[in-house]
Amino acid sequence: MQDRFSAGRILREALGGNAGWRPWRRNPEPKPRYDVIIVGGGGHGLATAYYLAKLHGIANVAVIEKGWIGGGNAGRNTTIVRSNYLWDESAAIYEHGLKLWEGLSADLNINVMFSQRGVLNLAHTLHDVREGMRRVNANQLNGVDAEWLDAPGVKAFCPLIDISADARWPVLGATLQRRGGTARHDAVVWGYARAADRLGVDIIENAEVTAILRDGQGRFDGVETTRGTIKARTGALVAAGHSSILAAMAGFRLPIESHPLQALVSEPLKRLLDCVVMSNQVHVYVSQSDKGELVMGAGIDAYTSYTQRGALHVIEDQMAAACALFPMFSRVRVMRTWAGIVDVCPDASPIIGATPVPGLYINCGWGTGGFKATPSSGWTLAHTIATGAPHPLNAPFALKRFETGALIDEHGAAAVAH
Amino acid sequence: MTGSRLPAGGLIDRTKPISFTFEGRALTGYAGDSVASALLANDVRIVGRSFKRHRPRGLLSLGMEEPNAILNVGTGAHAAPNRFATELPLAQGLAVSPTRGWPSSRFDLGGVLDLWPTPLAAGFYYKTFIGPRLPGVRDAWNRLWEPLLRSLAGQGRAPEGVDPDAYDHAHIEVDVAVVGAGLAGLAAAEAALGRGARVALFERDIRPGGRALGRDGDPRIDDAAPLAWAEGAWARIADNPRATAKLRTTAFGLYDGRQLAVYELPVDGPYAGRIWHVRAKEIVIAAGALERPMTFPGNDRPGVMLASAVEAAIRRYGVRPGGQAVVFLNHGDGAGLRQALNAADIEIVAEVGPDETVTGTQGFGRLQSVDIAPLGPDGLPRMDARRRVPADLLATSGGWSPALALHLIQGGRQAWSEADGCFIAAGGGQDGVRLAGAANARFSAAAALADGHGSTAGGAPGPKTTGGDAAPSGQGLPLAPIAAERLKRQAFIDFQHDVTVADIGLAAREGFHAIEHAKRYTTAGMGTDQGRTAQLATAAALAAATGREIGDIGLSGLRPPVTPVPFGALGGWRRGALFAPVRQTPMHRRHEALGAVFEDVGDWKRARYYAAPGEAMAPAVARECRAVRTAVGALDVSTLGKIAVAGPDAAAFLNRVYTNRMDTLAVGACRYGVMLKDDGMVFDDGVVARLGPNRFHVTTTSGGAAAVLNWLEDWRQTEWPDLKVWLASVTEQWAGVAVAGPNAARTLAALAPELDLSDTAFPHLTWRDATAAGLSARIFRVSFSGERGYEINVPWRHGEALWDAVLAAGAIPYGTEAMHVLRAEKGFIVVGHETDGTVTPVDLGLSWLISAKKGDFIGKRALARPALTAPGRKQLVGLEPEDASVVLDEGAQIIATATPRPPEPMLGHVASSYWSSALNRGFALALVKDGRARHGERLFAWSLGVAHAVRVRDPVFYDPKGARLHA
Ligand SMILES: Cc1cc2nc3c(=O)[nH]c(=O)nc-3n(C[C@H](O)[C@H](O)[C@H](O)COP(=O)(O)OP(=O)(O)OC[C@H]3O[C@@H](n4cnc5c(N)ncnc54)[C@H](O)[C@@H]3O)c2cc1C
Repeated sequence: MQDRFSAGRILREALGGNAGWRPWRRNPEPKPRYDVIIVGGGGHGLATAYYLAKLHGIANVAVIEKGWIGGGNAGRNTTIVRSNYLWDESAAIYEHGLKLWEGLSADLNINVMFSQRGVLNLAHTLHDVREGMRRVNANQLNGVDAEWLDAPGVKAFCPLIDISADARWPVLGATLQRRGGTARHDAVVWGYARAADRLGVDIIENAEVTAILRDGQGRFDGVETTRGTIKARTGALVAAGHSSILAAMAGFRLPIESHPLQALVSEPLKRLLDCVVMSNQVHVYVSQSDKGELVMGAGIDAYTSYTQRGALHVIEDQMAAACALFPMFSRVRVMRTWAGIVDVCPDASPIIGATPVPGLYINCGWGTGGFKATPSSGWTLAHTIATGAPHPLNAPFALKRFETGALIDEHGAAAVAH
Repeated sequence: MTGSRLPAGGLIDRTKPISFTFEGRALTGYAGDSVASALLANDVRIVGRSFKRHRPRGLLSLGMEEPNAILNVGTGAHAAPNRFATELPLAQGLAVSPTRGWPSSRFDLGGVLDLWPTPLAAGFYYKTFIGPRLPGVRDAWNRLWEPLLRSLAGQGRAPEGVDPDAYDHAHIEVDVAVVGAGLAGLAAAEAALGRGARVALFERDIRPGGRALGRDGDPRIDDAAPLAWAEGAWARIADNPRATAKLRTTAFGLYDGRQLAVYELPVDGPYAGRIWHVRAKEIVIAAGALERPMTFPGNDRPGVMLASAVEAAIRRYGVRPGGQAVVFLNHGDGAGLRQALNAADIEIVAEVGPDETVTGTQGFGRLQSVDIAPLGPDGLPRMDARRRVPADLLATSGGWSPALALHLIQGGRQAWSEADGCFIAAGGGQDGVRLAGAANARFSAAAALADGHGSTAGGAPGPKTTGGDAAPSGQGLPLAPIAAERLKRQAFIDFQHDVTVADIGLAAREGFHAIEHAKRYTTAGMGTDQGRTAQLATAAALAAATGREIGDIGLSGLRPPVTPVPFGALGGWRRGALFAPVRQTPMHRRHEALGAVFEDVGDWKRARYYAAPGEAMAPAVARECRAVRTAVGALDVSTLGKIAVAGPDAAAFLNRVYTNRMDTLAVGACRYGVMLKDDGMVFDDGVVARLGPNRFHVTTTSGGAAAVLNWLEDWRQTEWPDLKVWLASVTEQWAGVAVAGPNAARTLAALAPELDLSDTAFPHLTWRDATAAGLSARIFRVSFSGERGYEINVPWRHGEALWDAVLAAGAIPYGTEAMHVLRAEKGFIVVGHETDGTVTPVDLGLSWLISAKKGDFIGKRALARPALTAPGRKQLVGLEPEDASVVLDEGAQIIATATPRPPEPMLGHVASSYWSSALNRGFALALVKDGRARHGERLFAWSLGVAHAVRVRDPVFYDPKGARLHA
């Protein structure tokens, strides 16, 4: 039995010295067989399991995680959530996600601290203006909230931004998505895990998948893990930066490069920045956490790697850029830097759907920007697994597109990593 | 001076008093003090308030592990938030104040949060503010709770304005880099120098000596007191020409390839600094060990201090931190502490024995008494038998942990050592990186010296020690046995974040069993002090709560930087004008003088238009366009990317890079080409000129030059290493002026009278070397405006002279805006306007550029894929707004209706849009689904809520036959 979270419950438990709180989820031993195995206990894998159980009645599911849940990118990202993507296909899936975000705390019964503080994308050149306007117009026609601000409008919305014309990269305007913002990544991971567990999903930690089993017909048949063999007729690889390794175990290749992506936080400061600011030209994306830290991401490290460590010069580039946009940050200090391994697709769009192995699905390629898609990624993959066919939302994101050439190039929208 | 300063002793200079302020109070210390020791000397006991519960906090330590004394330093642009008082050398006039506490750190209204802390236990915010159910408030989290939490949170105040300090970056390569100038580090550095190595030695403190600085009772080293030996060794090292030795310099990161990142601050001032990038063959981490406070109820009361801090206060700073002390250690190394207390005339009122524990402390803002209880047979304190002793100082030590941060952040592992009572390094780091001394769990002076010296084997024998040698023996976990839940709530593990033993217990009860989960859930160890005093206690408490061994739990991961480093320091010189240095052409001053308004193109400033006094943009652009269409104009094209391609395989190489054939290009001729990415999409375009059989001159877009060169190098070096071809950027070798218009030939003739400009001698799409305006020039006959055109290239330094000559010959200067209007009238594309990474040459109507006769080229295979040949692709078209006076927004979306209902299907978008004075109307280029089949169709261009009817048409608006090229 799980606790139901609420303010009243907090007060009740406080009176009892907090002795009455129960575990958020079970810590089950793996069963020999499940209906569905999901490899990867990041946000996307856990969300997939949750929606499988909740919306499709498939609860005999194992999420298999090599370490602790949320230890990958789910717990390392800069948590920017928005849906103002250019192309129809992307707008649809990210906007579906944003709508899920808007009800997520209530749905999962945990405060995921989804903070709709607004996301600004600054335009510094005529090219930026053109592309920003184009995106705002596309968003509006797709029913996604988007606004174009001129420079004084930017200043009014975010007084910290210098809009003087003699700046190295003067601010000419910005796109604004007010419904965008940030969320608390750990709460998202733990919330999905707790809610999935409540519906009967087994979350198996410290179990690394070391081999993918296939039957005589070549169909998916289970996995070999460091905690033993676990069988299932249906599986999904949701392993972000390690997707290519798992695909290789299953005998196919992915058009993915894995790179370190670094992020950092400053020491906590008194509240000073109330929105998310992104700039492609200066290469900055920054928000201030509820605790007061400035949260910032860097560009990807150029070399491919599976170590969760990046190089110093990338951080130095990032800090030079941050000070160029916000000179008053110069004396603020970096408290922590870290890296995740991001799965970068050639068109900066994800892959969600079938693989060449019958019974095995994949969800990867979110690269530098998949946190925002956690709900819709899990939702669409669950639909695909449950029905054996993609939902219209994820049909365009099939692996096959790299054969047909029907790419969904979102480099424009993803020019800075986020 | 009043306060707690001892009459004599300490490493301070009593002849040099220093005044400073704390929360506006004027105080005095001495040279050699840190802000922390000066506060202690002035009897300031409350140095700040904790993050969550606003509890009054005093100095726990006098070193880098300090969790409590976090100060705002200075004001305005000089402000520095969140500085550790223990790490700040005292400086004249320094103004510091605590980062939390309102109205002051002594009387803090936020303290109400501590009245009933239980509801604010670990993770409470995940469990509430969930529903939008607050009556009267929609979306209560976003509108109410989060703004409230955000206003309560935060520590220091961000500075205002531009940082007045500058930060340097330096690079150094040595044989041996040593981190830490304690006994082990000094021995290691001396040994390495003895072997003839080049050595770098970095010490975080403002003095060498490490632990020896605040300690007595260690053995004599080479017949000197430890500190005297350390100072001597430092002097020898600093004097050695093969050594670089730096004080107040902290190694904060260790990266792949044995790259050590080090931050140096001035020894005598708080600000500015330099980052050293150190590459070393061998790295010795001799960063010492960190003392752990015992965790017991009431352990956060001001007056509870680490034993080493008490020793340092007395020995190093000549400060008497109290009058009556309780001593609470969990190991046998208390002799030095007792001697120090005696020397300072501090009475030891009680020593907590091995079968006792502390169960509470009392006193507001300052320790007044301590409760001590014996342990019962169940290992828990017998509360009925506890006694209360008056004390204003509690010296505590839960043993020592090696400083493993650098080892761990480079990927090193650690393991629990039962024998040492601490986690020790267990391999996994880079080759050539070693730990030495206390960092290697060699805690005694003799062992540390031997370890340091031995770590660089060979050479002379190491320093000899004589006399007693103390080390913490038998140290256990720094967690006192605690009886009741209520007491656990008052036993602090993370002082900065107010994480208690009860919080860890709660996390364990709720299933957060992995150390990383427990840490994130409770925020233990996530403060600015990097959890130096919290890490082990967190693991110990989690082990106790879950009934596991600490070795199975491990410590949470560490991440660089080891100590916080300012943004500005990491950015270094890349600030202000040096952040992204502006590139200017040699004619820049001339453009300025002509009233140019510039636009940013890549790093370049390009003249967008030239406004005569009082002239607005639109008439200026119209005037410039008219000049080109009716007379002659001059455009600075120096920014165009230029790449020299040379070698026997140069033609073969270019054939693989462009969609059309370049091998058939004759020497003396040039040809327009586009290059694709491997997905078949247009990447860049430009003109290729053949200078000789094996030599080409390639131009790229102004903004794309670097990307194109990188791309070409990538293919050359990694895919086609067999091709004999070389590439070099020559962008800044050639300045260029485009001369265009019906009078272009006449203008050029005036500049280069001996050049035959007839269409037969110098046809369109050829180039000639000639003397122009007395300068040796290379002239390309090309046109981007549709008019007869020449691009005159001269060596960069002559750009201004060329410009002057062209203008003197009658050409009217025009900028990039007019250039765009003119090229768009001709339907010429610009990469980045008409392309966005999803557009093929076929989409652009450039199928004629795709050679079917040559071999493979980049993107060829992709072009044949079904999605790139299917109907429904967006194609380049022209648009005429029905209302001729309208100039459409670039970025407008093309739709089939004037009244869209989202989601409204979009057919394409406006890529370029201008007013044309030649056509006397607004016009645009657009990419529209099946656009070539839609000529004549009426559609709508929609932007920011406004729809304009447009007629789709051919993209060439002006001179479709190209007759004017030869005018
Ligand atoms: C620094 C950084 C900043 C980012 N910023 C943003 C942002 O602001 N906004 C945004 O939308 N996105 C952002 N992202 C991207 C986002 O984090 C990812 O796209 C998203 O988290 C990926 O999905 P996931 O949560 O399932 O991945 P992960 O959390 O990485 O989950 C994959 C899991 O698979 C497990 N696994 C791997 N191999 C195996 C195996 N063999 N057996 C078992 N388990 C295995 C891993 O341990 C891991 O837990 C950022 C990423 C990084 C690194």
